[in-house]
Amino acid sequence: MTDRTDPHERAEPPPSPAVPAGGAPDGGEIAEAAGSAAPGQSSTSLWRDVWVQFREHKGAVIGLAFLIFITLFVIAGPWIWQVDPADLDIRNKDVRPIYTWLWDREADVMWSRPLGTDNLGRDILANLMQGGRVSMAVGWVAMLLALILGTLIGVLAGYFRALDGLLMRFTDLMLALPLLPLLLVMMLLFRDQLRAAFGPEQGIFVLIVTAIGITSWMHTARIVRGDILALKEREYVLAARSIGTPSRRMITRHLLPNVLSPIMVSATLGLATAIITESALSFLGLGFPSDYPTWGKILFDSVERMERFPERVIWPGLCISLTVLAVNYIGDGLRDALDPRIRGR
Amino acid sequence: MLDAAAPAPATPAADGAPPLLDVRGLKMHFPIHSGLLRRQVGAVKAVDGVDFTIRPGETLGLVGESGCGKSTCGRAILRLYDITEGSIRIDGVEIGHLSQHALRKHRPTMQMVFQDPQASLNPRMNVSQIIREPLDEHTKLSSAEKDEKVLELMDAVGLNRAFARRFPHAFSGGQRQRIGIARALALNPKFIVCDEPIAALDVSIQAQVVNLLEDLQEQFGLTYLFISHDLSMVRHIATRVAVMYLGRIVELAPREALYAEPLHPYTQALLSAVPEPDPALARKVERVILKGDVPSPANPPKGCNFCTRCPKVMDICHEIDPMPRHLPGGRQVACHLYEDTKTTTDPTAAHKPGHSSAQQGVSP
Ligand SMILES: Nc1ncnc2c1ncn2[C@@H]1O[C@H](COP(=O)(O)OP(=O)(O)O)[C@@H](O)[C@H]1O
Ligand SMILES: [Mg+2]
Repeated sequence: MTDRTDPHERAEPPPSPAVPAGGAPDGGEIAEAAGSAAPGQSSTSLWRDVWVQFREHKGAVIGLAFLIFITLFVIAGPWIWQVDPADLDIRNKDVRPIYTWLWDREADVMWSRPLGTDNLGRDILANLMQGGRVSMAVGWVAMLLALILGTLIGVLAGYFRALDGLLMRFTDLMLALPLLPLLLVMMLLFRDQLRAAFGPEQGIFVLIVTAIGITSWMHTARIVRGDILALKEREYVLAARSIGTPSRRMITRHLLPNVLSPIMVSATLGLATAIITESALSFLGLGFPSDYPTWGKILFDSVERMERFPERVIWPGLCISLTVLAVNYIGDGLRDALDPRIRGR
Repeated sequence: MLDAAAPAPATPAADGAPPLLDVRGLKMHFPIHSGLLRRQVGAVKAVDGVDFTIRPGETLGLVGESGCGKSTCGRAILRLYDITEGSIRIDGVEIGHLSQHALRKHRPTMQMVFQDPQASLNPRMNVSQIIREPLDEHTKLSSAEKDEKVLELMDAVGLNRAFARRFPHAFSGGQRQRIGIARALALNPKFIVCDEPIAALDVSIQAQVVNLLEDLQEQFGLTYLFISHDLSMVRHIATRVAVMYLGRIVELAPREALYAEPLHPYTQALLSAVPEPDPALARKVERVILKGDVPSPANPPKGCNFCTRCPKVMDICHEIDPMPRHLPGGRQVACHLYEDTKTTTDPTAAHKPGHSSAQQGVSP
């Protein structure tokens, strides 16, 4: 039997002329040499590359800036604008936003109420801030919950053949259920227990987030499963199997990074759906209590008097759609930035 | 004469060394499910009873038409699939029916180089991460030692060290194949399955990759199963050649013997299709053109698998499946033409001194 070569003796490049040093003859497409020869790409420089590519995407950068702004607006805003959103000021009800004065000198405007008040005299700016906190929290948490559930079920169904049939029938079942009635039933069944356990607001928050989360993971699961099924047959997965990579790392190292794009798309859509579903639930009187503002609820409450007071629809509407749009663009930019094929260009 | 059909070692171990790889009765059937209840209605018999051995340091070429089960055979040997039947002994360890978990510690012995260098590299990992994966899984080296090892491997396969941080999409096909080879070498394997490693490459690059494989074989004492449909490339690299047809090995012989005097009608047809550069010879060689298509591996014909297309088909071929027979010179052929004593290759010749002990070991 031939002697096994000691691994450390491999340092010498093979002397044979048949092995071109540096693979030059078939390396025409690589013109410039990489700057550094350090092999293990440290994670810091990887993330710097990702950031550089992310900045290439103008929409993503604007989206990120807006998302940071709106997040600061809802989180830090109430410290600066210290008006109680629930404070009823009946004498100053139906005040128009300050800018109305520009074209309508007769309008009822006040400097202390820059975006006006609603029909009960509550400050709209303060309500937008408070409502934004709730809407963003519901949107993000419900979206993440749906994403984690969907990815988990999709990966399990796609990777483990034994689970596929069962999990996909379950997904189909959930898809076939009419969502709104299901949500209504859940609300009616669990509202009181959760209120008792977490307090009125937190209880409703937990309920809404779980309800939205567990009724919107199915599309993610189906997309992820389909992609995993296709990826599983790729030769690099076979190569990993021939190395002996266990299933857990096979999934995290080879499969999940390659289903990132559909997951990212699901995430951006999921955020929008979650914010809007929450509004719909609040509108039906099943969401948060009436004195607890959210963007969706402010919007729905003002629809009847939209013609006289358009600002009460426009501002929460703008908040919702711009947030969703921003997240959408960020997802787009992130997807590109995380793909080495695009980053390399 | 009877014992010739018994499962004897495919090649008498003339040099006395035990085979590195010993495959017996390997079957890989993929179930076909159909109908509302997804019941199994049949099986694709991609590999249907294959025996061979590979001695340390040699290269066994595995040739055959596309779809005849070469890749499946290679992957089944490495247990990338759960095999239907048979035994696989590698380096003295029976791995045919080990669980994937128990297999893990035997994985470093055997590695694979894939056909499509693009698809065999994860697009989201850079070269260094790709070559490191086997080291991460099987060694306890420190990060710096792994980095050093990666660079050594890149040198060994002729990749510029400066490319370690690049991603696979930035490389040409030949370079990607080198990355795949470096990954396969990382754990000091003894045995590598090369599944058409050059089929997806430009002709000008094919020779470079084959030369690299040969150099590495010499340098590290590797043993190859070299799968290809390119008979001239196999002639260049292999020491012995197995010809596969519809999930079976129809002929297995040392390279010179096989190319000089192919015995099985299928081998004859394959070889006659290889262009002969010498016009004088080319006129002499009559070309055997096979008619019809390869039957479906889900529904192979009764009797000999090749009987539907064989130019020398006999009545018995439609009835009885020919068993592989051992002929002198380490040859093996599965064909009824070589079963009767009247043919030139007298089966009694199989009892010549060289390997009589091996034969006696089997016969009662
Ligand atoms: N995973 C699989 N499931 C079902 N059939 C398969 C699978 N892999 C291969 N086959 C079938 O097995 C046969 C042999 O395929 P393969 O080994 O890839 O042939 P080759 O490599 O010789 O071209 C083909 O008929 C193919 O359709
Ligand atoms: Mg193949």
